[in-house]
Amino acid sequence: MELNLMLNGRRVSGQIRPDLLLIDFLRDHGCPSVKRGCETSCCGLCTVLMDGKPVLSCSVLAARAEGHEVVTLEGLQEEASEFVGYLADQGADQCGFCNPGLVMNTIALLRENPNPTDSEIRAYLAGNLCRCSGYESQLRGIRGFLNSRSFS
Amino acid sequence: MIAIKEYVRPQSIQEAYERNQKNGSRILGGMLWLKLGGGAAATAIDLSGLGLDAIEESETEFSIGAMTSLRQLETHPGLNAYTCGAAARALESIVGVQFRNLATVGGSLFGRFGFSDVLTLFLALDTAVELYHGGMVPLEAFAAQKPDRDLLIRVHVRKTPGVFGYLSMRNSRTDFPVLSCAVSRLGGEYRTVLGARPGRAMVLRDGEGLLAGGIDGTSAQAFGAWAADHTPTGSNTRGSAAYRTHLVRVLTERGLLELGGMDHGA
Amino acid sequence: MEEKRYQYVGKPVRKKDAMALLLGKPAYLEELTPKDALVVKLLRSPHAHALIEEIDTSAAEKVPGVAAVYTWKDVPAKRFTNAGQTYPEPSPYDRLILDRRVRFVGDPVAIIAAEDEQAALRARKLIKVKYRKLEAVLDPRQAKDSPVLVHPEEDWLPLCPVGGDNRRNLVASGASEDGDVEQVLADCDIVLDRTYHTKAVQQAMMETFRTYAELDCYGRLHVISSTQIVFHVRRILSNALGIPKSRIRVDKPRIGGGFGAKQTAVCEVYPAFVTWKTGRPSRLIYTREECQIAGSPRHEMEVRVRLGASAEGKIRALDVYTLSNTGAYGEHGPTTVGLSGHKSIPLYTGGLEAYRFGFDVVYTNLQPAGAYRGYGATQGIFAVETAVNELAERLGMDPTVLRDKNMVKEGMTMPAYYGEPLNACALDRCMARCREIFGWERRYPVRDMGNGRVRAAGVAMAMQGSGISHVDVGSATVRLGDDGCYNLILGAADMGTGCDTILAQMAAECLDCPLEQVAVYGADTDASPYDSGSYASSTTYLTGRAVELACGELRENICALAGEMLGCPPEEALFQGGRVCRAGTDQFVTLAAVAARSQTSSTRAMEATASHSSPVSPPPFMVGMAEIELDKATGQVTVLDYMAVVDCGIPVNPALARVQAEGGIVQGIGMALTENVRYNGQGRPIESSFMQYRLPTRLDMGKLRVEFEHSQEPTGPFGAKSIGEIVVNTPAPALAHAIYRASGVWHRALPITPEQIALGEPEM
Repeated sequence: MELNLMLNGRRVSGQIRPDLLLIDFLRDHGCPSVKRGCETSCCGLCTVLMDGKPVLSCSVLAARAEGHEVVTLEGLQEEASEFVGYLADQGADQCGFCNPGLVMNTIALLRENPNPTDSEIRAYLAGNLCRCSGYESQLRGIRGFLNSRSFS
Repeated sequence: MIAIKEYVRPQSIQEAYERNQKNGSRILGGMLWLKLGGGAAATAIDLSGLGLDAIEESETEFSIGAMTSLRQLETHPGLNAYTCGAAARALESIVGVQFRNLATVGGSLFGRFGFSDVLTLFLALDTAVELYHGGMVPLEAFAAQKPDRDLLIRVHVRKTPGVFGYLSMRNSRTDFPVLSCAVSRLGGEYRTVLGARPGRAMVLRDGEGLLAGGIDGTSAQAFGAWAADHTPTGSNTRGSAAYRTHLVRVLTERGLLELGGMDHGA
Repeated sequence: MEEKRYQYVGKPVRKKDAMALLLGKPAYLEELTPKDALVVKLLRSPHAHALIEEIDTSAAEKVPGVAAVYTWKDVPAKRFTNAGQTYPEPSPYDRLILDRRVRFVGDPVAIIAAEDEQAALRARKLIKVKYRKLEAVLDPRQAKDSPVLVHPEEDWLPLCPVGGDNRRNLVASGASEDGDVEQVLADCDIVLDRTYHTKAVQQAMMETFRTYAELDCYGRLHVISSTQIVFHVRRILSNALGIPKSRIRVDKPRIGGGFGAKQTAVCEVYPAFVTWKTGRPSRLIYTREECQIAGSPRHEMEVRVRLGASAEGKIRALDVYTLSNTGAYGEHGPTTVGLSGHKSIPLYTGGLEAYRFGFDVVYTNLQPAGAYRGYGATQGIFAVETAVNELAERLGMDPTVLRDKNMVKEGMTMPAYYGEPLNACALDRCMARCREIFGWERRYPVRDMGNGRVRAAGVAMAMQGSGISHVDVGSATVRLGDDGCYNLILGAADMGTGCDTILAQMAAECLDCPLEQVAVYGADTDASPYDSGSYASSTTYLTGRAVELACGELRENICALAGEMLGCPPEEALFQGGRVCRAGTDQFVTLAAVAARSQTSSTRAMEATASHSSPVSPPPFMVGMAEIELDKATGQVTVLDYMAVVDCGIPVNPALARVQAEGGIVQGIGMALTENVRYNGQGRPIESSFMQYRLPTRLDMGKLRVEFEHSQEPTGPFGAKSIGEIVVNTPAPALAHAIYRASGVWHRALPITPEQIALGEPEM
């Protein structure tokens, strides 16, 4: 079947199988940042924004994106660059495999709630697993970014 | 992963209903459990685009479209004001925000899953489901029925005056519950709903009148003990029947004390 | 302590790859290898133990798009091991690529290669297998001398004398001692005899196992894999395929986490075999389920500790016996078990008069275990540290004070650690500092918070090693390029830890140049100098020293050439980073000029390679303290605060060292409270997905704080020891201790679940 969607601000079309998952469509259409970490919708690595909301692209049929707007980290390089340096300063990137999902969900969080508390950050990002960092450096990085913003 | 031959997005509820009468058709909710189940669907019917993804609040009720996400429920100010925050507490531990943006109330209730926090929560409210063919059915009756080919369109929650509480025990914070427990006083009726037993959530009412004199430490303890005696539990990888029975007592008693506190506060 | 100031060493610089990874740039195997490679899938055994009587692949082969289907009949009949270890490997050669006997639920039965995933999956369903089910060995306690043998084959081959015997289901067996343990125990005021049980747990790195293979233009097998051990993988493939190493090249892209899992060639042989047979590129990407059921988890161990002490709290004797379950294959079985004694007992060298350490490692028909951060030390330390906490509670003595009295100190020689001298040790300072910052005196007492909630604290110490003494080799090549830039070429694998950056920091320090001037590349068996690989906490310590040595040599080369240019002998040419000066004059040549000169009519290689190995493996040390809140009625444990102080010598990059510690602590919390690899009565795995296997989320770990106490290890680069593994060792004993304080019950088996706590029924 045919699929038409807005991907990172550009109209994209393709022929797809009805059971193709959005993650696989995205990876085949120039978005290798979208990672698969589990098959059971519980790691958060494949997070993308669909109509502005963070969703698990491993659990969305590509067909369902018909007529919708999907944004991946490839489309948010500038917005992400604003704060990922703070994560890098903490060494929070580590192996990097969970980073795109984390960055996408953090962007979603900050758009929804520009000044979250630490516990709001933890709660919103709870669906993003990371096996390397122990999470604390991610929190320090995000907090560092928020502090820099409030002082500037 | 489920194999899907054909994907359709019906233009009307009528069309969705008709398509769903064929063997091999599957309604797509959030896709989360459907995907895990594997198997095959000749036709996957997507209810997106039928305007079923909103919560409408009136003087007397909440009318919740079947495609409303769990995240919408969790963050809905009116629903949380009415449920004393129980809605948010019931939903906030389900995996993560990205998951809850996909999972739908219709899919959660239609699936009648044993582990469902959503079913546990709504059974403690004055809830009916609106079926396309079957009309309005009280949730408790609906939950007991076998899944059929009818369409769940909306969930209606009447604003019967009441107080509500929600507790769950989880081995880790975003895991499935070992036991879920919703409590309410709806009008004059106390309800305790116990889910993840691990069987489907069930409603306990105060048939013995243990709470007739109001909630205090003694009556809450007595009702907790009674609930533990009257709630069938089983074992799975998350906990044994004995532990669940223990939790029925503990969570019921705690939930009731929470309600008691609200009663006194109100 | 007076410490030298450095330009880069000791500085929290960003990882060189940080921004690329954070911005989601292509860096990993799946996006760097061709999409049109054959998709490789494995058919896996549904039985824990069976013989394949018949296998019919004809229907599968007819599926459009299927390129090949292989069974046990198609593979070489020579056994090998998947363990990434230095030759001769202590792990027995007990595997075939596909075997007629399947030994655990998930053991591969057939390899399918197809044009796309759907065809491969369809074909997999069409393979008909007739199994003869055999009785399985599922209980490690019943495995030794069981009539059911996991490896009855005649060609089972141990390369090292580690006490193994396949006719007894034994992978290894042995003992060591110092002094007369029985005599000292008989003389002790208190003897505790306790048995502890740690379970298999998964590394659960976010990137699953994956490997790509192709034939290069020379007809050689080029394998790209997400691995910590490129050189060992080359040997393993050579053994498995029966082809010379000259025909194989292995390299790695960025790795999405390893933690030891990728120190075993879990999936490499399958696509390598497909490509070697078909001549076509192929790729195998494990599903999460495959990682969970057929990976290389931590060895389950049962550890019996007999601890003898005086009434005053002097620990006089330790007798440790470990039963380790290696599962269906012996990867890392003989070596992990050693650490359970050799990295727990030496912590108490202080007053220890005698020790004994014995072990058996058994085969069972369960998922084969492998290497996981901590590598046996984690298991042994849980046992010994809990026994010491039990002693403290028995004596009514503050467990930190008990440790002060007994812990190993700088300058001691450790009989239980191969007689190594302890050159650098800040364990005493770690304890003092942790006690102070954590507020031990305030938090150790049990506090009732009301509503059935109590708060309590627990403590544990840990050690590990830095590389494998007398075995591991770390190497580095440093090369001067045109304009004075450097290439640092490594065989160690950065799996997210940041070793590429850390080693570049050392190179920049030695070469007195900006960090940006050092370009890092690795690891590639065709291009890198030989390195054992990134495991055993070796990279900073061993490869780091190799970097220092290589840089020293290169500086000499540069000075020699510069001397020629300046018309002076090399010893008068002074290396000053960006230039080389002639001593006592104001003459100099720039580094760029030396580099350019080296590329014109020159016979001097502006390149140096150094290898390093160490006769010692200096232990890092750590103290961890945990505060929990226990809901006594539900048994729910909330970790409130975890404080750790680490002695890794000098942290070369404090930011990265801190994240190592934090990440390791959270893995340890998972092992202590939720993670478990369980099987049903037929040996089928239960935790086959992240829905069932619960990793800690950021809501499950409380507040972490990590500090460092420095020591100066004379054999390490810039005084550094290791940090990668030790960090996972303290949470389990510290949390078991806190849970005892709060509940009054010792839980000696992991994980400690709310159910066990609430019902007061510890598992064994």
